[in-house]
Amino acid sequence: MTKTPVLQVLDLHVSFPSPDGLVRAVDGVTYDLYEGETLGIVGESGSGKSVSAMAVMGLLPKYAVVEGSIKFRGEELLGKSEKSMRSIRGAEISVIFQDALAALNPVITVGAQILEALKVHQNGASESERKGRVIELLEVVGIPDPGESAGQYPHEYSGGMRQRAMIAMALANDPSVLIADEPTTALDVTIQAQVLDVFRRIQERTNTSVMLITHDLGVVAGTADRVMVMYAGRQAEIGTVDEIFYEPKHPYTAGLLESLPRLDRRTDSSSRLYRIHGQPPSLVFLPTGCAFHPRCPVSDQERCITDKPIFRDLGSSHMASCHYPDEAVKLLGTKS
Amino acid sequence: MNRDSREGAQPLEGLGLVGGSPSMPIGAELGIGALDGPKPRSQWQLFGSRFLKHRLAVFSLVLLILLIFACFAANLVAPFPANEQDLLIGAVGPNANHWFGTDELGRDMLSEILYAGRTSLRIGLTVAFLSTLLGTLVGAISGYFGKWADQGLMRLTDLFLVIPQLVVLAIAIQGFGSTQVVIALSLAALFWMGEARVVRGQVLALREREFVEAARSIGASPMRVVFRHIIPNCLGPILVGATLGVAGAILTESALSYLGFGVQLPATSWGNLLSSARGYVGTPQAYLIYFPGMMILITVLAVNFLGDGLRDALDPRGNNG
Repeated sequence: MTKTPVLQVLDLHVSFPSPDGLVRAVDGVTYDLYEGETLGIVGESGSGKSVSAMAVMGLLPKYAVVEGSIKFRGEELLGKSEKSMRSIRGAEISVIFQDALAALNPVITVGAQILEALKVHQNGASESERKGRVIELLEVVGIPDPGESAGQYPHEYSGGMRQRAMIAMALANDPSVLIADEPTTALDVTIQAQVLDVFRRIQERTNTSVMLITHDLGVVAGTADRVMVMYAGRQAEIGTVDEIFYEPKHPYTAGLLESLPRLDRRTDSSSRLYRIHGQPPSLVFLPTGCAFHPRCPVSDQERCITDKPIFRDLGSSHMASCHYPDEAVKLLGTKS
Repeated sequence: MNRDSREGAQPLEGLGLVGGSPSMPIGAELGIGALDGPKPRSQWQLFGSRFLKHRLAVFSLVLLILLIFACFAANLVAPFPANEQDLLIGAVGPNANHWFGTDELGRDMLSEILYAGRTSLRIGLTVAFLSTLLGTLVGAISGYFGKWADQGLMRLTDLFLVIPQLVVLAIAIQGFGSTQVVIALSLAALFWMGEARVVRGQVLALREREFVEAARSIGASPMRVVFRHIIPNCLGPILVGATLGVAGAILTESALSYLGFGVQLPATSWGNLLSSARGYVGTPQAYLIYFPGMMILITVLAVNFLGDGLRDALDPRGNNG
C-alpha cells in the first residue's frame, strides 16, 4: 500500500444549533485516508460517522457549523465555493448511500441516472460514448444484461441490484475517494457479500480509496485495511484491522468486540452476551473528561472524569484516546 | 382515480406550511417482481396499456379529439356556414335539419357552437399551458431555494390571489383591447397561483428526499436538480392542475364573455353564445342556453378525466397493466 494521503481531515468539528444547545455531532476528528486503502469507520448511531463523511462532501445542511480542515490532495475543501465543490462531488469524491431505493430517482431510468453523472462532469466525448460507458459500468458492478437493465426504473430492480446501480453511479467518473455510507446495512447477508465483493474488485482495478461507514464489525473485519472507532462524535481509536481486533486500546472498542456473539465460545443458558452498560451520552451535554467514562468498565479514576484524554499515538499507526490504553485488551475474553 | 395526487392537487396547504403528499404512492415493493415477468415490455408499451385500462380517460380522449377536430375543421364539418341566417324560420327547437335548433336569426346552433368552440378551446388550452408553465416555475423555485426567494414569490402569489380577478381582467381587456391574445395572456397571468402553491408544497417535500441529496452528491447543479429530478416527480399534480386550468380558463372566459368583456362579436365563443341566450331562461327557446352550456360541461369533464388517466398511466411504479 502506498502511503500517499488522498484525504486529510484535521480537527474536524461539526455542530448543529438546537433549542437545547449546540449539538456536537463531530468533536475534533483527525485522520488520513491513503490511496487505495479501505478505512472502516465504526460506531453506534449518532456517533458522528455519517456527519463527518457528509462534511467531506460539503453536503451538510446550511445551518451546520463546520470547523477544522479537510484537505483533498492538499487542497482545502472547507470554505470552497458551492460551484467548485460541485466539480469535485461525483468526480473526485462520491457517495454511496445506505438506502438505494430512496437515493435513486423513482421516475428516471437507472441508465439515465448513471448517464447523468457522466454528463454533469462532461465525461466522455459523445452521447454514444457515454452510453457505452454506462453499460460498461453496469457490467463492472455485475448487473445482468446491462443493455436491458439500463432502461429499467429503480423499482424494477431488486435490492442488491439497486445498491450495485448506486455503486455504478458513484464510480461513473472514476473518483479517487468513495464514501460508502452503510452500503450493506439494508441488504441480506448473501447480497451483502456480493456487494462487498464488488468493492474489492473495483479497488483492484482502480486503486480507489474507500471510506466504509458501518456499524457491522464483521463487514469491517473482512473488507477494511484500517479501522476508526468513533464514540460520541470523537475518535476512540484508529488502527489496522489486526490492531483493533486483537489489541484494542480503548475500552469502548473492546466492549464492542466483546459483545459480538462468537462461534468459538460456548454460551450456555446461564451466561449472556457481554454488554456495555448505560446509554450513549447526549451530544449536547457530553460527560466531562472522557466521554466514555460513565460507561467504562475499566476505570473509574478521577482522571477519567476530569481530564479529556488526548488522542495519541500508541505505536506505528495505532492511536487511541484513553488514559489507560493497556487496560482495554484485558476485557477481551472476560464476562461482565 | 388516485386519491393521493388528488389531495396534493388541492391548494389546501394554506400558506404552504404543509408539503403536499408526494405525488405518487411508494408501492415500489410491488414492482420488484416485474423482472421475472414473461417478456419485458418497454415503458411506452406499459404506459399505453395502463392508459387503455382507464376506460373513462380513453373515452374522454376520443371525445376531445373529435371535439377539437370538429371545431377546428368547422368549415368542413359544420352543416351550415358561419353566421348564415335564415330569418324565415327564426328560432326553432332541435329537429332533423338543425340538430341543436336555431337562434332567433335562424342560425344553425350546431354550426355556431362548432365555430365558437375554436375560440373557447384555443383560449382554454393556451391559458392552461402558460399558467401551468408559470406556476410550476414559480412553485419550484420558491420551494427549492426557500429563504427570500420563497418569501418573495409566495407573497407575490398571495397578492395575485387576493386580486378580484374579473375586475382586473375587465380592466386589462379594456386597456389592451379584447383580442384573443390579450384575453389568453391576461387569463394566464391570473391563473398560475394554485399551480405554484401545489408545486411548491410538492417540492418542499421532495427536496428532503434522499435522491435529491444523491443528485447533489454527483455534482448536479441546483437547476439540474430542480428540473431533472424534482419536477418530473411532481408531474402528477402538475398534470391535474393543468387539466383543471383548461376547465377554469374556459369557464372564466365564458364568464367574461357573458359580462361583455370577453371575445367580442362577430367572433364567438361558448361564453358569448351563452351570454346572448341569457334572455331565454324559462322560455321554449331555453335550448339556446343548454347546448353551449353542455359543450362547456362536456369539455371540462373530458379534460379532467383525461388528466386523471394520464396521471395514473405516467406513474412508472404503477402496476403493469
